[in-house]
Amino acid sequence: MADKKATREALGDELTALGAVREDLVVLTADLADATRVEYFRHKYPERFIECGIAEANMMGVAAGLAATGKVAVASSFAMFAAGRAFEQIRNSIGYTELNVKIAATHAGVSVGEDGASHQCNEDIALMRTIPGMTVINPADYTEARTALRAAVEMNGPCYIRFGRAAVPDLSAEDENYSFEIGKGRLLSEGKDVTVIASGLTVAMALEAKEILKADGIDAEIINIHTIKPLDTELVCASAKKTGCVVTAEEHNIIGGLGSAVAEALSENCPVIMRRVGVEDVWGKSGSAGALLDIYGISAANIAAKAKEAYLAKKNG
Amino acid sequence: MEITKRQELSEIARKIRIGIVESTNAAGCGHPGGSLSIADVLAWLYFGGEMNINPNDPAWADRDRLVLSKGHAAPALYSTLALRGFFPVEDLKTLRKPDSHLQGHPNMHKTPGVDMSTGSLGQGISAACGMALSAKLDNKDYRVYAIVGDGESQEGEVWEAAMFASHFKLDNLCAVIDLNGLQIDGKVTDVMDIAPMDKKFAAFGWNVFECDAHDLDSVEKAFTAAREAKGAPSVILSHSVKGKGVSFMENNAGWHGKATNAKEFEQAMAELRGEA
Repeated sequence: MADKKATREALGDELTALGAVREDLVVLTADLADATRVEYFRHKYPERFIECGIAEANMMGVAAGLAATGKVAVASSFAMFAAGRAFEQIRNSIGYTELNVKIAATHAGVSVGEDGASHQCNEDIALMRTIPGMTVINPADYTEARTALRAAVEMNGPCYIRFGRAAVPDLSAEDENYSFEIGKGRLLSEGKDVTVIASGLTVAMALEAKEILKADGIDAEIINIHTIKPLDTELVCASAKKTGCVVTAEEHNIIGGLGSAVAEALSENCPVIMRRVGVEDVWGKSGSAGALLDIYGISAANIAAKAKEAYLAKKNG
Repeated sequence: MEITKRQELSEIARKIRIGIVESTNAAGCGHPGGSLSIADVLAWLYFGGEMNINPNDPAWADRDRLVLSKGHAAPALYSTLALRGFFPVEDLKTLRKPDSHLQGHPNMHKTPGVDMSTGSLGQGISAACGMALSAKLDNKDYRVYAIVGDGESQEGEVWEAAMFASHFKLDNLCAVIDLNGLQIDGKVTDVMDIAPMDKKFAAFGWNVFECDAHDLDSVEKAFTAAREAKGAPSVILSHSVKGKGVSFMENNAGWHGKATNAKEFEQAMAELRGEA
């Protein structure tokens, strides 16, 4: 079994590594340096670390101003207070301006855990996806998160990257053929009966679901869509055409996120039977990350169940 | 200020005002009131020797920056930039048209000389803080100016930025609050009183200066004092008249966001040309 590590650790580690090679890199926080792990960067590069206090709206504007004068600015906070609270600052001061700001949002989804619904952002992907020109990335594990952040810093323009608090298996570290390109999904395991499209922490669950489905004689294809925008429509449609049914799995409201993005691509290009796994338009609550993921059906078992349902609907259709 | 310089700058301010009235009239909409109130300040910034800029190289890395945080006063900025040679004055008549580089609110990628896209109130001053901090990080000596509306100061983000600028001792930042006293729904004092702005900014750790926005000597004095003040950001409380220069627009909230009709346009132009 792969080592488990939270993707937020990748944020701190990779920023620190990038700091050595990118003198133009500046990192901003709004009183969450420790929780988001950008604290690691502060230790090494205090002169390029900007503590903004609890003022996310201003932080986004400051990041825009830094980018407008030649910096690569990484603005970090919890997903709720970045994508949520500062949505309009991101839209107008970072999106519309096409500035080189990377929004690093941690503590996304219900796996935030005990802090409860006020802090469990299940809407960030939906919000960020509607901003023209915004790249939206949701890495699956520690290794992918580091690679994605590096790619985001190397690209020009605004990018939203989501990081999690919960420890997840670092599967990419064990993948000899691992490669990452923004906008290119990864076909993790081929299958012929049903396509499971996962993103973020559901990728490991989807691979587990494949084993569960195998016992039922169902051969699932597993795809990791780390970049939700721009979506790899080619890969999604090719797989959908092959298997004839698709299940999406995400730690986000089923409205507006990966499920919606995939549904949009499929319905225009190759409509197939579809099921969505995610938070079903309800509020989160307090609890351990593991317990909450189970409660909201974000689990290998539920992904397998929905995949079976989609498969049978196709077969009996 | 020498008499010739004062005459020169007031002539430029008058031309800026003509550009404001002509462009909004051509567009059939726009915000003349809050544009006219900042015309003299812009004349000082862009023509008085205050700002270090180069119209032939708008993206020059070491230039001074201006963020029009009250982005709806775009016609004033456009008129100023055109007169300063960033683009042809004739372009002003394309204001707010789909193919124009002169959008309803400033766009840094479309218009040469615009340093930050603005329009949603409260955001520009934060970007100005980022630019000023960037200069500090790079040991550069360019200055950053932010023009903020008095109504705009009701936005919480303005005060987040005020805290930030003072915390980081951004003495290369100069905010100008255009105190024209009016906003869309009426008098600022009636809608949501922002007074006392001097005490508020002082309490936030800023150097506070005041000027009569339509007296160029007073404007020069305030900007010079702001430039000399070190260790903290400076704010200039610029006491202005909304609609200044066009009699029927002056001190009338109704002229916040509408253009002249044919008759009003003729009268406004006659006044600005000194024929009325």
